[in-house]
Order: sequence, then C-alpha cells, then structure tokens
Amino acid sequence: MTVDVYLNVAVAGVLTGLVYGLMALGLSVIFGVVRIVNFAHGEMMSIAMYIAVLLFSAFHLDPLIMLIPIAAVMFVFGYALQAGLINPFITRPEHSQFLLLVALAIVIVNTLLIVFGPDARSVQTSYAYDSFQLGPVLVDASKAYAGAAAIAFAAALFAFFRFSHIGKAIRACADNYTGALVVGLNVNRLYALSFALGAACVGAAGSMMTLIVDVTPNIGPAYTLLAFVIVITGGLGSMAGALLGGILIGLTEALAGLVFTPSAKSMFAFGVLVLVLLFRPQGILGKRAS
Amino acid sequence: MTAAMMARLADGVPRRTFILLGTLLAALLIAPWIVNDYLLTVLIVILYSAYTGQAWNIMMGFAGQLSLGHAIYAGLGAYVAAVLFTKFGIGPWIGLVAAIPIAMACGAVIGFLAFRFGVAGVYFAILTIAFAEFARIGFDHLGIVNASAGLFLPVAQYAHNDLWRLRGDPTMFYYVILAATVLAFIVCRLLLRSRMGYFWLAIREDEQAARAAGIDTFRYKMYAVTISAAVTSFAGVFYAFFYNNLFPEQVFNIGRSIEMILGPVIGGVGTLFGPILGSFVLTGLAETLNSAMSAVGLDLPGAKEVFYGICLLFVIVALPEGVWPPLARRLGIDRGKR
Repeated sequence: MTVDVYLNVAVAGVLTGLVYGLMALGLSVIFGVVRIVNFAHGEMMSIAMYIAVLLFSAFHLDPLIMLIPIAAVMFVFGYALQAGLINPFITRPEHSQFLLLVALAIVIVNTLLIVFGPDARSVQTSYAYDSFQLGPVLVDASKAYAGAAAIAFAAALFAFFRFSHIGKAIRACADNYTGALVVGLNVNRLYALSFALGAACVGAAGSMMTLIVDVTPNIGPAYTLLAFVIVITGGLGSMAGALLGGILIGLTEALAGLVFTPSAKSMFAFGVLVLVLLFRPQGILGKRAS
Repeated sequence: MTAAMMARLADGVPRRTFILLGTLLAALLIAPWIVNDYLLTVLIVILYSAYTGQAWNIMMGFAGQLSLGHAIYAGLGAYVAAVLFTKFGIGPWIGLVAAIPIAMACGAVIGFLAFRFGVAGVYFAILTIAFAEFARIGFDHLGIVNASAGLFLPVAQYAHNDLWRLRGDPTMFYYVILAATVLAFIVCRLLLRSRMGYFWLAIREDEQAARAAGIDTFRYKMYAVTISAAVTSFAGVFYAFFYNNLFPEQVFNIGRSIEMILGPVIGGVGTLFGPILGSFVLTGLAETLNSAMSAVGLDLPGAKEVFYGICLLFVIVALPEGVWPPLARRLGIDRGKR
C-alpha cells in the first residue's frame, strides 16, 4: 500500500468525522445545558435518516437540501420530548434518566422496524459515484458535500449561541441554574429549546448521513455509543470539542479499518475513549467540572 | 453458617417479611411440579434476571456506582467456563473457580482506572459501556473462542441429570438458578448489614462526607466492583451451560447490560426485593404481551417491543422509586430506605 491510499482513507475519515461531529454536537448541547445524557441519540438520528430516505424515494428531494426541513422536524420533536417527557426527570438520579431514554430508544427502534421493515435503505443521488481529484487524493463527492454541510450547520449553531439573546440565555442556564432562575429566565422553556437544538443537530446529521451509509432500523444504538465516544473524547459540553472529537474518531475508525479489519474499527474508537477518560477525563477541549 | 451470621440475617426483620419470603420460596420450590415446560423456562429467565439484577445492585444500589456494562462480567464468566469445558473437558464448577478471579480482575481494572483517575458519575457509566463494547468486538475477532462464528457446547442428553457437569433437563437448571438467587439474596443481606455495607451506603449518599468520616472510599468502591463482578460471573457460567451457545455479539451486547439493570430499577434500586420483583414484573409483562399478540393474531416484528417500551416508560414515570418501596409501605414491612 502506498501513502496515497492512506491519504485517501484519511481524508474520507475526516469528512465522515465531520458528520459524526455534528451528530455528537447535538448530544453535547443537550448534556451541556439540560445535564441529561441522551441515550436515544442514535435512534433519533435514524428517524431523521428515514425521513431523508423517504423524501428522496418519494419526491426525489436531495438530502443535502432537505436537511433544513428535517432539522426543523426534529427540532419540534426534541422540544416536545423535553417539555412533555424528560423535564420531570432532570432532578431524578442518573440510572432513572438512563432507563427513561433507553425505553424511548426501544420504542423508536421498533416503531421504525414496524413501519419500514428490516431491510437496509439508501439514497442514490446523481453524484453518488462522483469524486474530486486533489493532487494525489481522490475525494468522494458525497462525503465532501456532507462534510461541508456539517461545518456550515455547526457554524450557524456556534453563531446562534454566541450572538443571539436566546443563545446567551441558554449559556447562562448551563453555567448557573440558580442564577438563571434568579434573573428571571424561563429555564424550562430554555431546556426544551436546548433539547430541540440538539435534536435539530442530529436531524441535520442524519440527513447527511444517508449519503454515507445505508439505514436500517437497528443502527441507532451503535451511533448512540459513537456519539458518547466522540463527545467525551472532545469534552462533554464543549461545542468545538464535539467537532474535533468527531474528526478524530472518524479518522481513527477509517485508518483502523484500513490497517486491521473494518469490523474491528469501533474497537479502536473505544480504545481512544478509554485513553482519554484516563488521562484527560474532561476531554480534549473540555473544562474540569467543579 | 455461624449463629452470629444467622442472627445478623434475621435481626430486625418483621415477621410479615418472613411469611412473605417463606411463601415465595415455597411456591418457587414446588413450581416445577405445577407448571409446564414453557412456564418453567420463563421462570428460569426470571430467576436469571433476578440474580444478575441482585449482582448489579451491589454496585449501584449499595455503593452508588452506576455500571452500564455488566455484560462484560457475565460474558467473561460464560466464555471462560465454556472454553475450559469444550477445549479441556473441565466441568463448569471448576470453570467457575477460574471465571470468578478473571471477572474480578476485570472489575478491578475498570474500578482502579476509574476511581484512581476521578472518573465518576455519567463518565464512569460510559467507561463501563466502553469496556463491554471493547470486549464484544475483541471477542468477535478472537480465534480461541471461535470469534464471531460462536462457541457451541455439546448439547445435553436429557436422559439423566449430571449436576457436576451441568448437563440435564430444565428442572435441574431451574433449581440451580433458584439456589443461586437465594444465595445471592442472603449474601446481599449480609453485605448490607456488615460494616462494609454501611460504608457503601455512606459512599452512595455522599462520597465526600464518607471520606471526611474516615472511610477509605477508593478501597470500598473497589470491593463493590469486584464482589459484584464475581457474583455476576456465575450468571455467565449458567448462561453458557443453559443455552449451549455463545456469540460475542449477543453475550457482550449492551442489550444484556440493560436487561440486568431493568429488574432492579423497575423493582427498586438498593432494595433486596427490588431485583426479584422487578424481574417478575418485566418478564411477566413481556410474556403477557407475547401471548396477547398471538391471541389476537398480530405477528408484526417489533410490535411487542413497542408495547414493552411504552409500559416501561409508564412505570418509570409513575414510580420513581420502583415498584417495591411503595408496595413495601403498603404491606407494612417497610423499614425505611436502605
């Protein structure tokens, strides 16, 4: 194998990693503000993926354009979920929250199974087999578009949190719950908004993901775990960390798949996670919890 | 069992509890003569889940350390005993003697890394998932255990029961797992009433305060992990010999870890009855759904799981402490949170 092969795989890994990163960003936003670990994260992404596949097969709508409406649908779903089901659980112990979301995940996976059946579905875009030649590197067009869309979506979210009033209010909630209450913020509504934004991230990521992988009803749990690995690697609650972690894990998986065997690739992702937890438990860009 | 242990076991237990326990045990002891083969298998599944739930409860319910990767200990136990049996002809009980230290060592490694480096709470829970997933994929590529092709034990001849080699009919397996569940119940009760048990509760309630009170929290958390791992590993040995086939994809699956947690959380975390009651409730629910589905002729893959998930949601939302604590209060045998 030549260096070119490694370079090609590495670039593909980084681009996939950007989409992973956007998915994990959703988890990070939810945990960073609401302090709930969304154990149904990958399952929520599979909902978005099915919507994208359905829109494509029925109306031939491109997932890259549909990611905005799909993100909007997931936003509403996330808002309703937090306001209706999860909010009473924010003061409950972790194992109780865990089980609530696991039960939700079971319902999602099996509802998808009933509605769509067990077969894998995919999106066949006109550019599915296109690629760009960049010097020695051959870049897959679908992955390049998906990666670019992930960066754009994440940048919009960064801007929202940094510059908008609501974004500032949400950050205030995350920093100091009691303080936020004292200055009169409607914390429950902001929590629901945060969960909704996290769900929107995962919705957009799911839409992009259909360009990279096929969707089956039971892919959810694997992506939930992947999102944890990424977010903890990057630093729970750090938005830039989630993206960086996504790239790192995408790269690790791609190279491990090349050097060893593709089926063992997530073992290396978990290996990275264990190393990070041991030597920098707060994650690469995370701040130590007080 | 010494008289002191007996006294500690029975100390402060209301008479009603004994009546309840006695009735339950008697019913379980005579069950094989009453129920059919199908129900007997269901009872084995319930007791298996009660046993693993009790083991998990030592770590979470007593010492407050949330493990979401307990499948790793059962999986290690299953594989160690199965490999010794199929490759060297060594029986399960000696296999258990080998499995326990291996599971304990694994628990010790996870515990040491986590507790030494200050990995706690959600991070600890995810670390345990990571180890279990690591084991799952690792065993999937490990030649000595036949990797993802699976490890098969020679199927039992039902003509005679061989308790020493755990080959026999479901009734034998039923009594084995019943004995294990009773033993685990007694051990957990003794642990809870021991000096260490009180240290665990102190750590669970407030670790900093426990440390301030002079408890070596690192050491007692390590005890909790290793004891829980050891107890869980027997479940794996039982699993291997009862089902006679092992696939890493199934044995180490996060689904197995979740199943172990469901019983105690639904029944009541930290209680002795919780894991048992929760297992009865959940398996009973699943089986009821099964027969209800076939009764109405609904054969839709996933439908049962959707109802199961929805019922689970209702229980979690409606009963924050689980089923047992409110029930115990109603029965008048509640002795406060423990």
